Amino acid sequence: MEPEEIRIGVYICHCGINIAATVDVEQVRDSASQLPNVAVSKDFKYMCSDPGQALVRSDIEENDLNRIVVASCSPRMHEPTFRNTIQQAGLNPYCLEMANIREQCSWVHEDKASATDKATKLVSAAVAKALLLEPLEEKEVEIKPQALVMGGGIAGIQASLDIADAGFQVYLVERDPSIGGHMAQLDKTFPTLDCSACILTPKMVEVERHPNIDLLSYSEVTEVNGYIGNFTVKVRKKPRYINMGRCTGCGMCAEVCLLKGRIPSEFDLGIGKRSVPYVPFPYAVPSKYTIDAERCLFLTKGKCGKSPACKEACTADAIDFEQKEEIVELDVGTIVVATGFDLFDATEKPEYGYGLYDNVLSGLEFERLVSSSGPTQGKIVVGGKEPRDVVFVQCVGSRDKSVGNEYCSRVCCMYTAKQAHLIHEKLPDARLTIFYIDVRAFGKGFEEFYDRVREEGVRYIRGNVSDIIKKGDRLMVMAEDTLVGEPIDVEADLVVLATGIVPRVDVKELMRLLKISQSPDGFLLEAHPKLRPVDTASDGIYLAGCCQSPKDIPDTVAQAKGAASSAMTKMAKGKVKVEATTAFVDAFICRGCGRCVEVCEYGAPELQEAGQGVLVSEVNDSLCKGCGACAVICPSGAISMKHFKNGQIFSQIEAVI
Amino acid sequence: MNKGFEPNIVGFACNWCSYAGADLAGTSRIKYPPNIKIIRVMCTGRVTPAFILKSFQSGADGVLVAGCHPGDCHYIAGNLKCEKVMEVTKRLIDILGIGKGRLRLEWVSASEGGRFADVVKEFTEQIRELGPFLEKSQG
Repeated sequence: MEPEEIRIGVYICHCGINIAATVDVEQVRDSASQLPNVAVSKDFKYMCSDPGQALVRSDIEENDLNRIVVASCSPRMHEPTFRNTIQQAGLNPYCLEMANIREQCSWVHEDKASATDKATKLVSAAVAKALLLEPLEEKEVEIKPQALVMGGGIAGIQASLDIADAGFQVYLVERDPSIGGHMAQLDKTFPTLDCSACILTPKMVEVERHPNIDLLSYSEVTEVNGYIGNFTVKVRKKPRYINMGRCTGCGMCAEVCLLKGRIPSEFDLGIGKRSVPYVPFPYAVPSKYTIDAERCLFLTKGKCGKSPACKEACTADAIDFEQKEEIVELDVGTIVVATGFDLFDATEKPEYGYGLYDNVLSGLEFERLVSSSGPTQGKIVVGGKEPRDVVFVQCVGSRDKSVGNEYCSRVCCMYTAKQAHLIHEKLPDARLTIFYIDVRAFGKGFEEFYDRVREEGVRYIRGNVSDIIKKGDRLMVMAEDTLVGEPIDVEADLVVLATGIVPRVDVKELMRLLKISQSPDGFLLEAHPKLRPVDTASDGIYLAGCCQSPKDIPDTVAQAKGAASSAMTKMAKGKVKVEATTAFVDAFICRGCGRCVEVCEYGAPELQEAGQGVLVSEVNDSLCKGCGACAVICPSGAISMKHFKNGQIFSQIEAVI
Repeated sequence: MNKGFEPNIVGFACNWCSYAGADLAGTSRIKYPPNIKIIRVMCTGRVTPAFILKSFQSGADGVLVAGCHPGDCHYIAGNLKCEKVMEVTKRLIDILGIGKGRLRLEWVSASEGGRFADVVKEFTEQIRELGPFLEKSQG
């Protein structure tokens, strides 16, 4: 059989003026037309548009093209688009090569002559590789109809409920003893003033009751392997020292604990106190107790009175000091990451006196103070007195380069307005002042709420607070009113800092666990900022909520539903095509040394007996991820990487220089 | 000394971190010299010494290999494997008289568009200082 004649079509995209302003597109097109085997070379305003794609398809048919080069944006953007285009015209999707002349050329260079020269070289490298491209077969793998949801805040709860309602099994893993997340700590929610607990608890209960949701609370994901459709996940269930099956949640153990009322409650941010056995808050799900192993006298010192009072008091015999941690293995097809955020640590801004003065609170601490389920039953009391003057400081840890956070946390303007309103409601005579940089009231009903709060008499002063100092038992807030350009001092009994949202302290560990990236602000990186805001670069892993960027509750819920929908789309289809770019072994050259077996992280190559004590390596396609490390280590050159063969890259190198 | 010399630099960037970082430099419109042309590989663990030698043989004045930061590799540890291979390759090109200063390995994450541009600027200057690798007459 005669080898197929290679006929290449080259398409140079103007991308409006994004490319054409810096790169002489016609010149690139003409140079490409001179290259060997190029049958067609054209330029077009927008290659990704319908007419652009139609042009490629009709050229393939009319000119018998069998390899296509598109010079446009990054292949990370439109490679799937054009693979699909040429597939529609009957070509194998791997017969496409892209030249990145936008992100890596026109957008980063200014001189038109040298940018054009670079674009020409990038195109000739793509043509050189196209000449050697081989059609590849895409394998289909099954997607397990189970999802892992990491994090049980409102994002994880919503994603779990949606996926479970669609009929798929969900494993919801939450590190704390209860689901609920930060939303459970809030009092009222802006701008509608719904009580946070009232709208959250029904969903929490639904999670617990749902037949398709397996809730693993007080547990952490420690290992994730595999790929879309077939992830294997290890979860560490921390010992609660309470038998979950027996505990009735009666609370007798906490009642009799020797340390009752002496341990700062994490949920109340230290404002309230708890016992060693605890539920984080009254409406916790699951409503079971957990023994704080780090504080328990019996677990740390081996002795608690004569014998632990909690064990004696528990009529259900649920306390089990022998409990050990447990590792659970799960097989899932998709993963939703909903790990949430941390609150900015206001001690990083020492000028505000946070941590130094008891009457300087973070935004979340104030939520606990004002909450009717909080340690003061909602009474706003500071140092035993109701405050008469309250000052709020906006943008604490947000929009602040000095602490490394350039971004806006998106919730603080509105939660401050809400908190001012709550004080006004409870203490109508209190004088309320808010120092702000800009008020961002962009959401549905936000501007109206902001107006309402101003009409209630809250004083908004545009200006940066420079210092908060002690003045008797009150505070002095010193600032500059930037609208009139004059310094202003305001006395206060209580200062509330509008602390912003920051990435979780362990975000790096999470990135390593899931092999996903972070954006410059430190939050987890989506696959595309506009068009794939819930996907990650790793197929089958989706983002929901504040782990991706700061957002309020409705935006979080919307994204959680989006992430759930992405996961469900894949699972409903049941199958997914995996990259065909895997390693393969030339059995005639392989001498069976096994170096590839040693270097592979996934156990893809295996030595097989090829008769009479002769060993050759064989690659299991479904295990191979296509990194290519084996092709580098192979001493005899028997292993190649499909689509990234030595010869293909050599010809790219020659052409690009 | 090497005024007017525009070095020819080949870059190998991994798909997941550094190629994305280079794309981010573009999206953010951060400028850097056009001397570098990037060849995309899925992982720096794919970069064999032969790619480096082929680049110099074809007339490159410098080669930049860029991958994920240690611990961030999409394929667990391909970047660390690359680091070992590059150490050996540097020794090799030194022996061959190419000079190890013409090869650089850098870690650039998907969020470090600015850093990618800085690395390219700095490396381009370094190669400009070193001068052309092959004189035109030899090439």
